[in-house]
Amino acid sequence: MPLLEVNNLSVAFARYAGGFQRRMEQAIVGLDLSVEAGEIVAVIGSSGSGKSLLAHAVLGILPGHAQVTGTIQYDGEPLNERRIAALRGNEIVLVPQSVSFLDPLQRVGAQVRTTARGTDPTATVRSVFKRLRLAEAVGRLFPFQLSGGMARRVLVSTAAVSAARLIVADEPTPGMQAEDVNETLSMLREMADKGSGVLLITHDIEAALRVADKVAVFYAGTTVELAKAADFAGDGSNLRHPYSRALWQALPRNGFKPLPGTQPSQDELPSGCLFAPRCPFATEACSAERPAIREVRGGWTRCFHAS
Amino acid sequence: MLRNLCAFAGWKAIRLVLLLAAVSVISFMLIEWSPIDPVQAYIGADMLRVGPEQREAIAAYWGLDRPPAERFFKWAAALLQGDMGTSMIYRQPVSQVIAERFAASALLMAAAWLLSGLVGFAAGVIAAARRGRLIDRAVQWICYTLASTPPFWLGLLLLMTFAVWLGWFPVGLSVPAGVLADQVTLADRIRHMALPALTLSVAGIAPVALHTRQKLIDVLSSDYVLFAKARGEKGAGLLLRHGLRNIAIPAVTLQFASFSELFGGAVLAEQVFSYPGLGQATVEAGLRGDVPLLLGLVLCSAVFVFAGNTMADLIGRMIDPRIREGKVL
Amino acid sequence: MERHYRLTRRFMPGNRMNRRQRSAVTAVLIAVLLAAVSIGAALLGQGGLNTHLDMRNLPPSAMHPFGTDWLGRDMFTRTVKGLALSVRVGLAAACFSAAIAAAVGLASAALGKTADRLLSWLIDLFLSVPHLVSLILIAFVCGGGMKGVIAGVALTHWPSLARIIRAEALQLRAADYAHVSRRLGKSRWWVATRHFMPHIAPQLLVGLLMLFPHAILHEAAISFIGLGLSPHEPSIGIILSEAMRYLSAGLWWLAVFPGLALLVVVRSFDRLGEHVRCLTDPRHARE
Repeated sequence: MPLLEVNNLSVAFARYAGGFQRRMEQAIVGLDLSVEAGEIVAVIGSSGSGKSLLAHAVLGILPGHAQVTGTIQYDGEPLNERRIAALRGNEIVLVPQSVSFLDPLQRVGAQVRTTARGTDPTATVRSVFKRLRLAEAVGRLFPFQLSGGMARRVLVSTAAVSAARLIVADEPTPGMQAEDVNETLSMLREMADKGSGVLLITHDIEAALRVADKVAVFYAGTTVELAKAADFAGDGSNLRHPYSRALWQALPRNGFKPLPGTQPSQDELPSGCLFAPRCPFATEACSAERPAIREVRGGWTRCFHAS
Repeated sequence: MLRNLCAFAGWKAIRLVLLLAAVSVISFMLIEWSPIDPVQAYIGADMLRVGPEQREAIAAYWGLDRPPAERFFKWAAALLQGDMGTSMIYRQPVSQVIAERFAASALLMAAAWLLSGLVGFAAGVIAAARRGRLIDRAVQWICYTLASTPPFWLGLLLLMTFAVWLGWFPVGLSVPAGVLADQVTLADRIRHMALPALTLSVAGIAPVALHTRQKLIDVLSSDYVLFAKARGEKGAGLLLRHGLRNIAIPAVTLQFASFSELFGGAVLAEQVFSYPGLGQATVEAGLRGDVPLLLGLVLCSAVFVFAGNTMADLIGRMIDPRIREGKVL
Repeated sequence: MERHYRLTRRFMPGNRMNRRQRSAVTAVLIAVLLAAVSIGAALLGQGGLNTHLDMRNLPPSAMHPFGTDWLGRDMFTRTVKGLALSVRVGLAAACFSAAIAAAVGLASAALGKTADRLLSWLIDLFLSVPHLVSLILIAFVCGGGMKGVIAGVALTHWPSLARIIRAEALQLRAADYAHVSRRLGKSRWWVATRHFMPHIAPQLLVGLLMLFPHAILHEAAISFIGLGLSPHEPSIGIILSEAMRYLSAGLWWLAVFPGLALLVVVRSFDRLGEHVRCLTDPRHARE
C-alpha cells in the first residue's frame, strides 16, 4: 500500500479576464501519483506545471479560493482537511521553496524547533545544523540575515529535525553550492532509507535522478509519465512519453536538443492531449480526446502511442 | 547603534528647522495677502467709536505700520529667541497661551489616541481573523460609516444624548464654571473631558481598524504563515506568534503618523464642547483675526505632526530587527 | 418550490452576477442616488424656506419629515438644499485639488531630478501641518466665504493624490518607450501628456472620486466652525452650527437629520470611489 496516493487531482482558480468575464484557470488537471514508504519520488517539469501547488495540496494549505477535486490518500485513508491538520508538522512536513516562507520577525532557530520531535528538540536542531554546516549562531539570526544558500539549508533542516513519515520537498536545492546540494540530497536519501517517503519536487533533473527511485514527469498540470529513475538512461528509449524523452534529450550531456513551442496557458488548455500541440508524433486522435493514464512496461503514461 | 541614532537625530533636526522656516515664510506670506484688516479684526464691534488717530495708534502698537518684510524678520528674530509675540484676543504672550492650552489638549488627545488605537487594533484583528464572516462585515461596515461621519456631528449627537438628555456629563468646558482653579478635582476634569475624548477616539478608530485588518489579511495569506501552518501551527497560537508580531509595527507606526488627523479632530471636538484647548484657540484666532496666535498655532501643530512622524520612525527602528540589526540607516 | 426558485432567479439578478458586475451596478445606483439629491434640491422650490412663525420648532411629522426650525422653515427642504450646496462646493474643490495633484505629479516625473526633489519636498510640506489648521489659515486669508472654502479644501487635499500620480508616472518614465520618445527629440512635456496622461487617467479618476468625500466633509467642518460659507449660503455645516445653539432646548431634529443626510451622501461617494477603484484595478482580477 502506497504511503501517499494522489488520484485524479485537479486544482482550479477563478479569475477575471478583463471586463466582466469570469474564467476558471486550471492549474492542475487530473494528476496521478504515488509514493511508497522508503522511496524518493522526484517530480520534474518546467515552471508553471503546477508542481508547487501539488505540494500545497498535499499539505492542505492551498489558498481558500482554490477549487480542488480528486482524492489524496495517506496511509490508505483519505487525507481530508481535519486529518491533514493533525498530521502536518508531525507525520507530514514541507520543505518550502524560498526564504519568504520564514517569518521575517522570528529568529530562525525558533522556527526550526517547531517541527523538531524527540526528547531534546534543541539537541536535534543542533546536530542537524552541524550536518548541514550551519553554525550554531545561525539559529539566532533573522531570516533577512541569511545568505541564499544558508536559507535553503535552514529550510531543509525543518524537515530533517522532524520525525516525519512523508517529506514534501519543494525545490530544495536551487541556489546551493554543489556540496550543499549533495548534503541535502543525501539527507533526503537517508530519511527515505529510514522508512520515510519523500516527494522531491524539482526542475533539476540530474540532481533528482541521483537519489530518486521513481520519477513523475509533469506537463501543464498533469503527470504525463511515471517511470523508474533507471529508465532515464541512454537515448531515452525506455521512456514512455514523448515529453519525458524531450526533457531527457534537452540535458547538456544528451545533446542539448531543445523542444520547440511553449506550455499551453492555464486558461486555454487544449481539449485533447495537453502535449499534442507540441508533440512530433501527434495524430488526429490525440487532439480529439485526452488520453487516460495507463500502465506500459512497468511504468505509467498518458499517451496513445506508447507501447 | 549609537552613531546611527545620532545621525538620525541630526538629520531629523535639520529637517525640522527647514520645515519650520518654510512653514513660517509661507504662512506669513499668506497672511500678508489677506484682505482682512487686523486692526479692524482686533477692535471688532467697537469700530464705529474708534477714530483714525486711535486706529493708527493701535496699528503702531502692534507694529502693523511697518513693511511686511521688516515685520517678518522682526517676528522671525523674536521667534528664534522663543518670543512668539502677543495674542490680540487673549492679551497674553502667544507662547503662554499655547502652553496652557496644550496641557488641556494633550490630555484630551492622549486619551483619545490610546483609546482609538486599542479599540481599532482589536477590531481589525478580530475582523481579519474572522474574514468574510458576519463580524468582519460588521466591523467593515461600521468603519466605513465612521470614516464618512462628520466628527463634529458625532460630537453633537454625544452631547445631545449624554449631556442634554441623560445629563450624565457636563455640556462643555474643561472645568466646572465658577469654581476656583485649585478646587477643581481630577474627577471634574475627567467628567468634562470624557465626551470630547470619546468623540475624538471614535473618529480615529476607522483608519487603524481597516489598516490592521488589511495588514493581518496580507500576513495570514503570506508564505511564512502558510509554512507555519505546514509545520502544524494553528489557531490563536499561530495568530499570536506570526500574525500580531508582524502587524504590530505597521499599526503603531500608523497611529503615530496620524497626529495630523488627531489635531484636526481635536479642533472640531473642542469647538463642539467649548473645551478650552489648542483647537478652540485655533478657531478663535481664525475667526477673530489674531494673527500672532494663528501663526504660533500653525507652527505648533507642524511641530506636533513632526514629532508624531519622528516617533513612528524611531519606534519602527527600535522594534523592527530588519532595521535594528541590519545596520541600515 | 421549483417555481419559486426560478422566480427569484429571474427577479434577483444579483444571484447570477459575478462580483465585478455587482460592483458596476452598485456604482451606477449610487451615482443615480447622488444625482437625484442634486436634482431634487432644484425641484423642491423655495416654498419650504419661507418663515412661518406659527409653525416654529415642530418635531418631525408627515408634513415635515425632518421637522421645522425656530423660524418655522421646513428642515427637509433646508437639508436637501444644503446637501446639494455641500456637494457642489465639495465637487468643485475636489476637481481643483485633483488638477493640482495631476500637475504636480506629472511635473515631478517629467521635469527631472531637481524639480522632483523640490516638488516632493513641497508635498511633504503640505502634509506637515494638519489639514484643518491649514484649512483655517487659508479660509482666514481668503476672508471666509465660498471662495475661501474651495481654495482651502483644494489646496489642502492634493498632496496624497499627487504622490500616487508621481509614483505612477515615474514608473512609466522608466518604460522603454518613454526613453525612445526622448531620444527621438520629443520634449518632456510631450512625453508627459502623450505617454503618461493616458495611463494616469484612470488613477486620476479614482483619485478624484476618493477626494469627494474628504472634500465634502472638510467643507462641512470649516463651515461649521464659522470660517466657511456664510449663513446666507446654508450648507449642512452652517445648518449644524445653527442647530448647536438649540440643542439644550431639546430640538434634536435640527442636528440629527441634516448630519445623517450628510453622512449618507459622503458614504455613498466613498463607496462609489471604492467600486470604481476595484473595477479599474488589475490586482482585483483574482477572486
